Formats: sequence, C-alpha cells, structure tokens
Amino acid sequence: MSTVQPTRPWVATTADRVRDGLIFVVSIAISYGLVAATPLKGKLAYFFTFFAILTLANGLNGFLRYGFAAAKDAAIKTLVGVGALLTVMPIASILATVISKGYKGIKPNLFTQDMSLATPTDPLNNGGILHAISGTLILVFLSLIMSVPLGILTALYLTEIKGRFSKPIKFLVQAMSGVPSIVAGLFILSAVLYPITKGYSGFMGALALTILMIPTVARTSEEVLNLIPQDLREAGTALGGTQWRTVAMIVLPAARSGLITAMILGVARIAGETAPLLLLTGGGDKVNGNPFHDPIGSLPYYIWKSFNAGSEEAITRAWAGLLVLVVLILILFTTARFLSTRKVSR
Amino acid sequence: MSSLSARGIHAWFGKHHALEDISLDFAPGTVTALIGPSGCGKSTFIRTLNRMHEFIPSAAMAGEVLLDGKDVYAPGTDVTKIRLQIGMVFQKPNPFPSMTIGENVLSGLKLAQLKVDNKDDLLEECLERAGLWKEVKDRLGAHGGSLSGGQQQRLCIARALAVKPQVLLMDEPCSALDPGSTLRIEETIRHLSESMTIVIVTHNMQQAARVSDHTAFFLSDGGPGHMVEFAPTNEIFSRPKDKRTEDYVTGRFG
Repeated sequence: MSTVQPTRPWVATTADRVRDGLIFVVSIAISYGLVAATPLKGKLAYFFTFFAILTLANGLNGFLRYGFAAAKDAAIKTLVGVGALLTVMPIASILATVISKGYKGIKPNLFTQDMSLATPTDPLNNGGILHAISGTLILVFLSLIMSVPLGILTALYLTEIKGRFSKPIKFLVQAMSGVPSIVAGLFILSAVLYPITKGYSGFMGALALTILMIPTVARTSEEVLNLIPQDLREAGTALGGTQWRTVAMIVLPAARSGLITAMILGVARIAGETAPLLLLTGGGDKVNGNPFHDPIGSLPYYIWKSFNAGSEEAITRAWAGLLVLVVLILILFTTARFLSTRKVSR
Repeated sequence: MSSLSARGIHAWFGKHHALEDISLDFAPGTVTALIGPSGCGKSTFIRTLNRMHEFIPSAAMAGEVLLDGKDVYAPGTDVTKIRLQIGMVFQKPNPFPSMTIGENVLSGLKLAQLKVDNKDDLLEECLERAGLWKEVKDRLGAHGGSLSGGQQQRLCIARALAVKPQVLLMDEPCSALDPGSTLRIEETIRHLSESMTIVIVTHNMQQAARVSDHTAFFLSDGGPGHMVEFAPTNEIFSRPKDKRTEDYVTGRFG
C-alpha cells in the first residue's frame, strides 16, 4: 500500500527563495556601488536606484527562467510591492518620529498636573497635560452625545424612510463631510459665541466638532444600514410590527457593531481637530471640568501652543502631547476594528 | 378559521402592469398552491394579500382582498393587524441575526406588542408545530444563524405561527432547501392546514400535487400575468381544462 504525502507544488521551493534573496542582496550591492560611483547622493537616491535595479533584476530573472510574460509579471509584482511599501513609509515614519521625540516628555507628572503653575521654560518634571487630556475627553464626549443620535437619525431617514428629501440630504451630508474645520469654527463663532454666549467654553468647541462629526457618523451608519438585508425588514413587518418597531428591534440590533464603528470613526475624525478649538475654546492652562464656562484646554491646542512657545522644554512637551494624542486615536481605531470584525457570539 | 378571498386584483410596478384581474377564494383550512413560470405574478399576488406589495416604492394595485368579508385595503384599516392575521414565510430563510432561536420564535409578540401568559408553552408549541422542537429544544439560546437552511426555514415558520395567524402565505418556502428539508416542511404544511388557511407559491409541480387541495395556474404571455385555471389539485394534474395548463404541468413548457 502506498502512502501519499501531501504536497504544495504551488509554493516556492527553497531554491526559488534563495535565488530571490540573492537578487535582493545583489540589487542592494549594485545600487550602493552605483550611488558611490555616480554623482547621485542621499537616502532617496539609494532607495530609488535600489528600486529600479530590483525591478530590472526580478524581471530579468523571470525572463531567463520562463520567458517574456514571466518577466512582465515579476517586474510588476516588484513595482506593486514597493508601491505598497512607499505608502506605509510616511505613516511608519510619523509614528517613529512622534515616539522618539515624545517619550522624553512622558513623566508621571505629565498625567497628574496641568500647566497653570508651570511656564514653558520649566523643567519637564514640573507641569503636565492633565488639563489638555481632560479637555479633549470632555470635548469628544460632548460631540459624541450630540452627533451620534443626529447622525444615526439622518442615516435612518436615508435608509428606512427614504422620504422626498433623501436625495438633497444625502448630497448635503456628503458636501458637509468636505467642510474645512475652520469654517465650522467660524460659523459657531459668529452664530453662537459672539451673539449669545459671549465667552470661550468647551461647549462652543464641541458644537463645531459636532458639525464636523455628523457627516462621518451619518455616512458610515448609512452604509452599514444599507447592508442589512431587505428581507429582515419585510420579515419584521410581516409579523405585524410597525416600521418603527421593526427598525428598533431588528434593523438597529443587526447593525449594532457597524454603528459602533461609525461612532468611533467619527470620534477619530474630530479628536485631533485644532482650528475650531483655537477660535472657540480659549485654551487655558488649568483643569476645567465645566464645559459651559471658562476656557478649556485640549491636546491639539496644547501642542500648538507649546510649539509656539519655542523653548526646548516646551517643544519636548509638545511632542509628548502629540504622542498621547496619537496613542489615544490609535486606541480608538483599534477598538473600532475589533468591534466591527468581532462575530456576534453568545 | 377565517376566509380569505381576492376580488379583481390588479398590480402595477410603475407603468408595468404585472397582474391582471385575479379573483380567488381560499376556503378555510385548505392549502392552495399557485404555480406558473417565473415572472407570471404569483409572488406579487400573494404579497397583495397581506399588503406587503406596497413596500415597493413604485407599486400600485386595484381590487379587493376580503378577510372575513372585510376589505384589507379599506381606508382606516390597521395594516399591522392585517399582517398579524395573515402571516408570511419568505423564499429565503431569514431568521433575525441578533436574536437566539427562542427569541426569534417569540419576536412577533414583541414586534406587535402582544402579551401571552406562558411564553415557554407558546415557544414549545410553535416549534413543535413547525417540526423543529426535537432538534432545537436543547439549544434555544443558540443563534438562529447556527441552524441549517432547512431548520432556519422551519424556524421562520415557527416565528410566523407564534402570533397565531389565520392565514399563512408561503412564497416558495422550499426553493433554497434540499429534498429532505423540503419533505419535512411539506409535512409541516399538511399538519398546519388543519388549523389555518395556507397559500403556497411553488415552482415544484410535485410539491403542489403533494400538499395542496386547490391549484391555480398563473401565466404571463408577454402581457400582465393572469390566472389561466383554478381547480382542485387532482383535476389540474389529471384532466386540466386548458391546453396551456396541461402543457405546463406535463413539463412541455415553462
């Protein structure tokens, strides 16, 4: 009796891998030599020479082994791979810069003190960003509770009611998602702050952020609700449910994880907004728990202000604030991805 | 048991005249099969019976649907009450994804805000009548989606039964199922017809012959769909009056 071994003939053999590795190493060596021998200079020159030579070498390898079609295939594969790498590089580079410059400012007092008793030139073990972190959390929370209901209701109008105004509303929501944040800030400044409240407050900032957040929440929710099969809505009404009860009991629960994602994407959209906050919140160096009165700090505002202060300590503080903000947003995105991919299980 | 009759039903989608002048009486406690080639308006017709037709934005209709003598399209009629009395099972099994098996069966009560004294009894009764109780009684807390296609469809039948409809409309309930599940659902239909009026759309000639008391043959020859013949099922299959019916049931066209 013969025993059949499972094989995977479509996977590259060790010899193939060694050859690919050799081509890679040789390409690096040639590009190094080329840059040294010619007037080309700098990191970018290395990168692009290497890129061109690797594409050529892989193409040549494909041509020698399997002919012209394989040569094109190999060359384009290399191009696509390097293109993807190019896209990721700026993001990785931003992260690396923020971490390498920001970690120096991360001290315990950063999270327990504010800047009310510290000046920009104070050493890093004095003062902190508690006022900015708490301010950003308050602003995000306020915007969240204002924009999520409005955004989801808009989405429900577009997907469930499909009323006469669906088309113009859809158009407006799309147009609104392109509104520059400074416009939202100026609008609240001239429509609410000057005529009515006459003073900086967190609430003013939250109003502007809400304007920016609603389109994101509404559009994402609309897409999520459109994915819910029409069958389920019909099944709900066929059981004697009114449209409202069908939506509340069947459509929204079925879309739950997607709606949570919509919410978090909305938060991520506004968490780093700076322009409207410069106009409306007044900054402030003290922890202020009351969003309806007096200036309130926020991370983007703090970063902007610290960079402007210019002293070495202030700039380190700004990088530390940036690091905290980036980590905050990364946590939000990771949560969004986790919640949206998680299977409903019980 | 309630009587249901359709009087001069027409249906349109925009300008397209989909269904022309259908009049049919569904006697209480009988199973009526609607057969005919695709696009002849069978599904459109049963969707006019429980007012699901109006969900299509461009839809229009004419005629009367009498449930116990009262027109379901009369002004001031509570549509949700009509749909409670005329239940529906769809072509594709569609259990509610966010609910467990038990919650799915009882979902109609919550949707229509009905009160019952003993939910557990009702749950068991409905699943029993849908022929699913033995298979799921130990995992009522599992999700509806974890069942096989045939089980999901019987779950949908159980869900429709929980609100105690007088009439049950079934739109090709077995078209997505394997022969074993089909057989079990046909048994369920025979069983249910003792206590309610059933209208079933099917493309399966043998199925119509097996489960129905009366059969209506619908046809669209380019124009709007209309009813060619309506008779007791054994007559339709053994000695149809119309040549086109004979051609269809013997498989010569369609």
